[in-house]
Amino acid sequence: MTEEMKKLICIACPKGCTLDLTMSGDTILKIENASCKNGYEYAEREIHDPRRMVASTVKVKDGVHPLVPVYTEKAIPKRQIHELLKELREVEIQAPVEMGQVVLADVLGTGISVVASRSLPKAM
Amino acid sequence: MAIKDMYDVVVIGSGPGGLAAAISAKKAGADDVLIIERDVELGGILLQCIHNGFGVEIFKEDLPGPGYAQRFINDALSLGVETMLDTMVLDITSQRKIYVSSKTYGFRIIEARAIVLAMGCRERTRSQIRLPGTRPAGVYTAGMAQRWTNVEGYMPGKKFVILGSGDIGMIMARRLTFEGAKVERVLEIMPFLTGLTRNYVQCLLDYDITLQLHHTVKRIIGNDRVEAIEAVQVDDKWNMVPGTEEIIPCDSLLLSVGLIPENELSRMAGVLIDPVTGGPFVDETFQTNVPGIFAAGNVVHVYDLVDWVTEAGFAAGDGAGKFAIAQKKKAAQSINLIAGNNVRYVVPHRIEKENLKDEPIRLQMRVRQPMEEPVWVEVHDGDNLITRKGERYVRPGEMVTVTLKPKDFDAIRKTDRLTVQVVPR
Repeated sequence: MTEEMKKLICIACPKGCTLDLTMSGDTILKIENASCKNGYEYAEREIHDPRRMVASTVKVKDGVHPLVPVYTEKAIPKRQIHELLKELREVEIQAPVEMGQVVLADVLGTGISVVASRSLPKAM
Repeated sequence: MAIKDMYDVVVIGSGPGGLAAAISAKKAGADDVLIIERDVELGGILLQCIHNGFGVEIFKEDLPGPGYAQRFINDALSLGVETMLDTMVLDITSQRKIYVSSKTYGFRIIEARAIVLAMGCRERTRSQIRLPGTRPAGVYTAGMAQRWTNVEGYMPGKKFVILGSGDIGMIMARRLTFEGAKVERVLEIMPFLTGLTRNYVQCLLDYDITLQLHHTVKRIIGNDRVEAIEAVQVDDKWNMVPGTEEIIPCDSLLLSVGLIPENELSRMAGVLIDPVTGGPFVDETFQTNVPGIFAAGNVVHVYDLVDWVTEAGFAAGDGAGKFAIAQKKKAAQSINLIAGNNVRYVVPHRIEKENLKDEPIRLQMRVRQPMEEPVWVEVHDGDNLITRKGERYVRPGEMVTVTLKPKDFDAIRKTDRLTVQVVPR
């Protein structure tokens, strides 16, 4: 099989290294120019199972704000992002909210939960 | 909680810089630390930065902005940092007097032994980059749109063009896409990305949002509401290239075109500003040219990582805490002379304890009102009368004196303030 070169920008940290991959079909033969081990892990995953952290908001009843920010505890498969956002739009929770509170458990069968990013007290 | 008239350290602003400064001032040994915040809650701009990516350096965790802030809010409150929310600072003097106004507390003057300025920065606006065209609704700074979308629950538009490839602009491109809007284009006048590369990947590439480098807005079109913008390519000198114009229909234009440290209060206090950074000149403890006034975070220069703002806040807070303690120690070495009943002022204003030896010290003063009767000019330490002198009358036009003698020195060494008053005999 012919070897093919591919460039990836690592998003594991703010440094943003440009990784050089040597591919043969779907197989990674070589990963170069990552400045830490996270880069190698990122490249493996980005090729075979690309994932992203997702942050959004859900509606809150009786809170000091009408929304509370939420995020996925772990990165979820990239192709499921829009489906997750659609589900989050239907969620409405009751204030007070505690940071880390599960807003949506086991989203789309991933085993990953969406949790509140902050505490939100009840409006006086 | 009742707000005191005097604090060891007062921090202005409760974003990441302010919170870190308050925490480290406490840890450095400051007894009372107060944060003054104009919003109704602590946390600053982090509260609207709901995306993750914060704390990778400090916590080795990938946190959303509000979660990052909450950790420091919890730390500060558990250390006993006091807060004054929904309160605007109007003025600061070089003598570290802070004038504030608030619905809850009214108008107050608060004195601080040390101050940490942590007001952060502001977004550059349309007029600051001189964008031509009409002036319809729909032209917003990216941070403004972020606050509406993430905190207040309003969508600022449906179809966006974003000018500037800074981080907030790219993050808002993704965020608005998440909420169902269409981001038509991100334009960047420079030949390179001005935000982080990872944000280009995870905010623009992931959602097929087009970035055009070397492009800017030639004019805004629309009367009541933005209807379109005219984009144009520029050369290396930012001259528009004729023939490259393109009309992009949209209902909103977001500006992510830079941040400016917010230093109006710093200037009032006599803090010198570096014209390059737009922030105060500081030393390695983040102390400004005004003794006891420190500055932390984006108010000094604009950072790209919040972790570094926190680090700067820790350094400034530590400096401020130590300065306040030194001030207190120094204050304990001297005795302040306070003008009491019918005394307008006393000279000297203070006596250094180390100078209390064999020489008597004469206190000079003027009275406020004439008293045409025999009076005592008295010196008190709060509990005891130290010395007094009789006069047949006192008048504002005639200076009055009283002398502290060496036999009084042992008694006054125990105090840090003496009150001088004139009372009827």
